[in-house]
Formats: sequence, structure tokens, C-alpha cells
Amino acid sequence: MTNQDQALVFELSKEGRVGYSIPALDVPEMNVDELIPADYLRSEPAQLPEVSELQIMRHYTALSKRNHGVDSGFYPLGSCTMKYNPKINEDVARYPGFAHIHPLQEEETVQGAMEMLYNLQTSLAEITGMDEVTMQPAAGAHGEWTGLMMIRAFHEANGDVHRTKVIVPDSAHGTNPASATVAGFDSITVQSDERGLVDLEDLRRVVGPDTAALMLTNPNTLGLFEEHILEMAAIVHEAGGKLYYDGANMNAIMGYTRPGDMGFDVVHLNLHKTFTGPHGGGGPGSGPVGVKRDLIPFLPKPVLMKKDDRYTFEYDRPQSIGRVKPYYGNFGINVRAYTYIRTMGPIGLKQVSEYAVLNANYLMRRLEPHFDLPFTQHCKHEFVLSGRKQKKLGVRTLDMAKRLLDFGYHPPTIYFPLSVEEAIMIEPTETESKETLDEFIDAMIHIAKEAEETPEVVQEAPHSTVVKRLDEAMAARKPVLRYERG
Amino acid sequence: MTFRYLPMTDQDKKEMMEAVGITSTEELFQDIPKNVRFQGDLKIEEALSEPELIAYMSGLASKNHNTKEYASFLGAGVYDHYTSSIVNHVLLRSEFYTAYTPYQPEISQGELQAIFEFQTMICELTGMDVANSSMYDGGTALAEAALLSCGQTKRKKILVSKSVHPESRAVLETYANGQRLDVVEIETKEGITDLEALQSAMDDETACVLVQYPNFFGQVEPLKEIEAIVHAHKAMFVVSSNPLSLGALTPPGKFGADIVVGDAQVFGIAQGFGGPHCGYFAVTKKLMRKVPGRLVGQTVDENGKRGFVLTLQAREQHIRRDKATSNICSNQALNALAASVAMTALGKQGIAEVAHQNIQKSHYAKQAFQAKGLTVPFTAPFFNEFVVKLNVSVKEANERLRSHGIIGGYDLGRDYPALANHMLVAVTEMRTKEQIDQLATVLEGL
Repeated sequence: MTNQDQALVFELSKEGRVGYSIPALDVPEMNVDELIPADYLRSEPAQLPEVSELQIMRHYTALSKRNHGVDSGFYPLGSCTMKYNPKINEDVARYPGFAHIHPLQEEETVQGAMEMLYNLQTSLAEITGMDEVTMQPAAGAHGEWTGLMMIRAFHEANGDVHRTKVIVPDSAHGTNPASATVAGFDSITVQSDERGLVDLEDLRRVVGPDTAALMLTNPNTLGLFEEHILEMAAIVHEAGGKLYYDGANMNAIMGYTRPGDMGFDVVHLNLHKTFTGPHGGGGPGSGPVGVKRDLIPFLPKPVLMKKDDRYTFEYDRPQSIGRVKPYYGNFGINVRAYTYIRTMGPIGLKQVSEYAVLNANYLMRRLEPHFDLPFTQHCKHEFVLSGRKQKKLGVRTLDMAKRLLDFGYHPPTIYFPLSVEEAIMIEPTETESKETLDEFIDAMIHIAKEAEETPEVVQEAPHSTVVKRLDEAMAARKPVLRYERG
Repeated sequence: MTFRYLPMTDQDKKEMMEAVGITSTEELFQDIPKNVRFQGDLKIEEALSEPELIAYMSGLASKNHNTKEYASFLGAGVYDHYTSSIVNHVLLRSEFYTAYTPYQPEISQGELQAIFEFQTMICELTGMDVANSSMYDGGTALAEAALLSCGQTKRKKILVSKSVHPESRAVLETYANGQRLDVVEIETKEGITDLEALQSAMDDETACVLVQYPNFFGQVEPLKEIEAIVHAHKAMFVVSSNPLSLGALTPPGKFGADIVVGDAQVFGIAQGFGGPHCGYFAVTKKLMRKVPGRLVGQTVDENGKRGFVLTLQAREQHIRRDKATSNICSNQALNALAASVAMTALGKQGIAEVAHQNIQKSHYAKQAFQAKGLTVPFTAPFFNEFVVKLNVSVKEANERLRSHGIIGGYDLGRDYPALANHMLVAVTEMRTKEQIDQLATVLEGL
């Protein structure tokens, strides 16, 4: 059934069908032509589909069956922290007192929402070891940009206007250099050493009076803890730069160490990763930013404060970088994150990191005999294999990833970080059972064996999905980005 | 202590540690320098059981006045609209909400096709050629449109009408500051962009002109006249538009807009204290390769079967890094899905009918206010929002309205000092004649 070509909703449309119901107009009808000039009244109706309610539900149900989520099966996508998304979070976010409140209501009518936000920002400050947190940024990249804008404002307030460079490791997420550009900086790269960690000598070389900040993910995207973090912090701070923490990998260290204690000045978190706000097929996320005391004046407006027993948004912030988003951030995702934090508490969050790290190390050690492992020390919540052993047999990492689809798994992140040839980046998360990990290990070993014995089976994968490999080159060469009526 | 999201048993742990060759998980954290190892427990609240948590979170939620219990006349960019029940049922299909970005297209065809349909519907409504898969919200989408315009024209001056949402303008200011671009605000006259002021601010350094349609005061901007002024200087014409209004109003694409942005919150997305909503971003074909964020395109598989993929990714941060068209990565995919379901449910007839009811009810409200002797200062055509002058402060009016079960309109004096005691009133299809009459009566008595 799912092998049939799936109709577009527009192809189901038939003149005269409806899927909505609103009351008849209960006010005296006026002639619209007298209210709005003819030039500004739409002459041709927008061609939205005309379908009944059941048709819509069947359509989207069919689409959902053509999609793999965490609830469908194991999703060891490195750097993405595809953990279980608790159902209670979804319920709580839909309470009318959270879902159906307007951001511009008088403050006294939304004190419960503000209390929730305040408690969340206070909890995140404690978890990260920072002094103040803003909940405004909509996602990780938005948080990076917000944090860098604050660092820029800090330097400029000190008359330090020549700090134009942001340093990022070669293993950094693509958003780091992209955010630096949007914040008006140039980014320069610092190399990794043979152990996968930032090369301190190279860092000393690139740091200077033009350094605004070093952006770092720790553990880094290889899943390795930057054990020289204190030396790195000293190098950057002595040069007058700030240390920025990309919190994408926070799931590895909760309760074990805190960015604020490692010397970081600014932190962003991805609440849709570590704190279970679902990924939603690409968003919405939430990217709160925490700062140390000397950066507090530059926080985006408004700042949520507690005064006596009342919560209020403060707008009078003369040194603020300004607004980064209308209203107060992705509140609905923040509700989910707070629900999760209250589910786990301090002991639970530490166990999360402990088990995430143990799961990753278990997978790594079980797979090590079958794949090339470029960095052999203990990993944190994720690790990176190289497919170069299989590549020599004519089977690429892409092929193995596609073969995993036949076993019902979402593949790991592949070809990232760029510093590892044929990279396979695996992050199991703490919410997966040992049985699931063992089954995945069996599948990986099976595929490694296939690469040796029947490589064509891997090269031609996937064999069981609703579509085979898609022609991405054609999609880019002759872009078809919308449906056109025939 | 055991947790329902953590399946590891003591036996599992023991076996796994053996396989790793350790006797304690502490060994896995030895690479964290001792002096930055966190000691003790994090000082956050203790864990709650599920029933306790429900009671606690319900308690926080119940402290807020919500628009299911109060009749809301508050809009100003976020609206209370009809939402078909099926929107939530589709959103709860966890194959959608527990999935990541569809980078593995063979097992993400559902999400990819839904977004392709979203892109198509946004193009239909705005009259544009290409729409992306979503932005954070209308405000950041507008800022990104300004950045695109500056990059495309290689100019540095952004003109924005003061009739654009004040919070969007504030966001624009921050983004422009990041890129060292200049923002010049254009005055309004009678609640629409002052065309003479716009004309005199235009020069060869002007990258773009940003207007809102309908504007922040609810009024329909004269896009035809503005377009002529903007394009005479070869600047980009950027329109921020409420997409529901485009069920009734001429789409900005018909007036020659280069970029149309806005927020699809009006389609099935909860007001949610301001987010997450769903920005959209639509352009002419010429700008297709300059668009920020993700685009879904149609293609075929090895057997020639139709399928969908993320495409033109050479624009994006994970490929282009510091040269990307934007730093955006996560967007609002799930809310784009919600908007698609809501737009599909409304369909061709529904969107026109809902848009027309908004026009009818808001104009009825205007007449009701005027009949009570209240002044409605502006006279341009409007969609579902208009400005009314009160005899008291808006804060005082809203306190009074609250005791009648009404959430009143927006206090324009917050952003426009000349409009102290002026309330921006939104009247959607959700408001009944009775509620409108009651609002007029309470405001008359102040």
C-alpha cells in the first residue's frame, strides 16, 4: 500500500468539497466593495485544496506512515540527541492556560506563565553555572547569534572595537561560523590534534588582540571532552576574548560539570535536544542563552524579573543588544522543557548524562572490532567511527547508512565532522534500552559483513523503503519547489 | 532512584561496564579536570511524580487568563482564530513530531511532502513563485528579508515604515546592527505610510523598503503607489503580510513585491504566549537561490517514482558555513505542518469565507463604537483590526473589561506616544455580535 505513489493533497481536491465549519455571519452584512477598493480585493481565489475532513485525516495519516520518528524506532543521529519525547510534555503544553494566552495581555493576567519561565531560566542558570539566562532565542543558531551579539556589545562598551574575529574549531557545527558572520564577525578556524581535541599550539597561534571569542562545543562533535579546557580558557581570556559554549552536547555532562565552572562566559542550550522539546521534523526549537555577570547588561530585551512576589518584564535596559525575537521566545517548547526538568530533578538529570555516556561507550566498544575508530579514548554521549575500512571494499558510509534503513533504523549522522574521513557519528541517548543497542550492534556487524561478502546489497540499499535513493542532483538542477496545477 | 524514561537496570549497567572495561561509570568522566568537576547535587527542584507534576503545572496554567474563557479583542500580530480539531490530531501523530529534520529522505517522505504542500499554499496566498519551509516567526523573517535585500543590491540602507509591527522593527534593528546596516524609519500619516516621506528618504543607497499589509494599525497600505516609488530606485520591495487576510485581499505578489514574509500563526497555531509561531518567506523566482533556510523540492527515485528532498542546500550553513545565506538551522517545521493542515481544512472556500467574516465583523464593531460616540481616528480600508480613541487609559479600560470577561485591545501608547489612550482592537470570526456589542457598551461607559 505504502509503495503506491502518494497523492499530493491538491490532487485530491474536488470543486465544492469543504473541511471546515464556522457559524454563519451574525452581524448585518455590508457590501465589501464599499469597504475596500477593488484593486485591493483579491480577484481570483487562492487555490487551496477542496477536501473533506476524512480525506484530510487519511492524507496526513498516510504521510505520517512515510515518516520515521523516535517513536517509530531507534534514531542514533549524532549531535541531535534524539531521545524520547515525553507525552506529558505534550499534554501540559496544550493546557489552555499555556496554549491560549496572548503575549501582550496585561502582566497580571499571565503571572503563571511568567512564573514558569522564571523557574525555567533559574533552573537552567544552575544547570549551566551561569548568572542569568534569557529564554528569547528560538533555536540553537539563534542563540549563538544572540550570544555573539552580546559579546560584541561587551567589547564595544569597553571601547574594544577591533575584536573582529571569532575562532571556531575545525570540528564545529556549521551554524557557529554562520552565526559569527550574521553577528558581524569573521570566523577563523583552529585545528584539532591527533587525539581529536583542539590543538593548544594552534589556538595560541590564532588568538590575539583581534579575538572576540572562541566558540566551543564541549564535549566536542567527536564526542570527546576537551580536557585542556582550563588552559584554553586562560589563553582566550588573557588575550581579552570571551569563551562561548555551544550547548548542543549538554546531554553528556549534566551534574558532572558546568560550562560556567569551566570558564565559559556565554552558553546556549538546545532545549529540543537535551531537554526533550521534540524536534518536530526540524523545529520549533528553543535556544536560551546564559551569561556571566559582566554580560548581564547586554541581555536582549525584555528581561524577566521577579520583584517581591510578582513577575515582570523589564524593558529599561540601556546597554541591551535589543530584541532578538518578537514576544518572549518559543514559550510552548519552554513549557515542555520545564515539565521535563521537573520530572527528572537533580538526581535524574545526572543519571541522564551518566547513562547517555555509558550507552555511547558500550556501543563504541562493541563496534570497535568491526569499524575503524579514529579516537580511542572513552567518549562522552556520542562517538565517531570512520567507514574507511569499508570504503576500501567499495562500500561507502552513505551506502551503509542507507542499508540501515532496511533494518528499521534512522542512520547515524554521516560525513560530519568533516575532519573524519567517511564519518559515522553515533549518539544513542539514555532513553534506549540495552536490548535496542544490542539489536543495532547486530545490524551494524551484519552490514560490515555484507560489505565484505555481498557489497552490492549495501551499495544498492535501501531495499524496503517507500522510495529508493532520490535524485538530489536533478532536484537542485531543475528545482520544482511547488505544485503546479496541470 | 528510578525514572520512567531511563530503561537501564542494575544488571544492564553491570554488563555494559564489563564490555567497556570499567568498574564504575565515574571512569568515563575522568577526562573532566578535577577542579571543574561539579560536586554535590544541582540546586534545582526535586523530581515530581506524574500526578504531582500534573497538579503543579495545571496550577501554574490556571493562574493565566486564557482566550477560551475570555473573549479576546487583542491582536497586534497574534490572533484568536478558528482551528479545526483535526489540526491537533495530525500534530499528535508522533511520526511527525518526534522526527528530526528530513535529511534521510527515504524515511522522511511524509514530512517532506507536507512541507512541499506548505510551500505551495504559501505561494498561492502571497502570489509569489517560491516559498521556503518556514522561519522562526514573522519578525525574524522580516529581518532576514532585509539582510537578503542588502546582500542582493549591495546597498546598506533599509527603509521601514513605522506602521510595521513595533516588535518586528525592534528585531530588525538588532539584526541590522549585527551586519552594520542602517535602518531608517518612515513616518506614517493617518495610520499608513507617508508616501511623501518615503519618496524623500529614497536614494541610490536604499536596499529595500519594508511595509506591512495590512499594517500594524490594521489598515491596507497603498502597495501600488509604494511599489512605484521603491522600484524607481531599483530597491527591493518587501511586504510583511498576515496570510489569512490574503484570502480576501490582493496578494502582494500582484503588486510586484520581491519578498513577502509574515507569520502563519493565524492558521491553526496557538497564540501560546507568543511562540512558537511560524514565519514564512516567499520570493520571486529570481531570488530563489538567495532564500534563507530549508527548501523542499520534487524529484524522482531510481525507479522514476516521485519523491521529495531538501534541495538547493548549497545556500545553507551546514554546507556553506560562514558564507551561508543565513545561520538558520532549526526552523518551525511542526508548525508549518499545523498551518498546512489548517489551510487544507479551510480550503478554497473556507479561507475566503473566514477572511470576509473578519472584514464584516470588524467593520460592524467600528460602526458600533462610532454609534456610542467613540472616535475611530483613521479612515483607510482595514481588514480585522482598527484603532479607537478612548476617554481613559487603555490600561484602565482593559481592567474594566476584564471584569466583564473580556480581554481588551492593545495599548498603542506603548509604542506611539501620540497615540496614548488609543486602543488597537482586533475582531476575528471568533467574536460574536453579542461580545462586540458588550465591548462597545463597556467602552462607552468609561
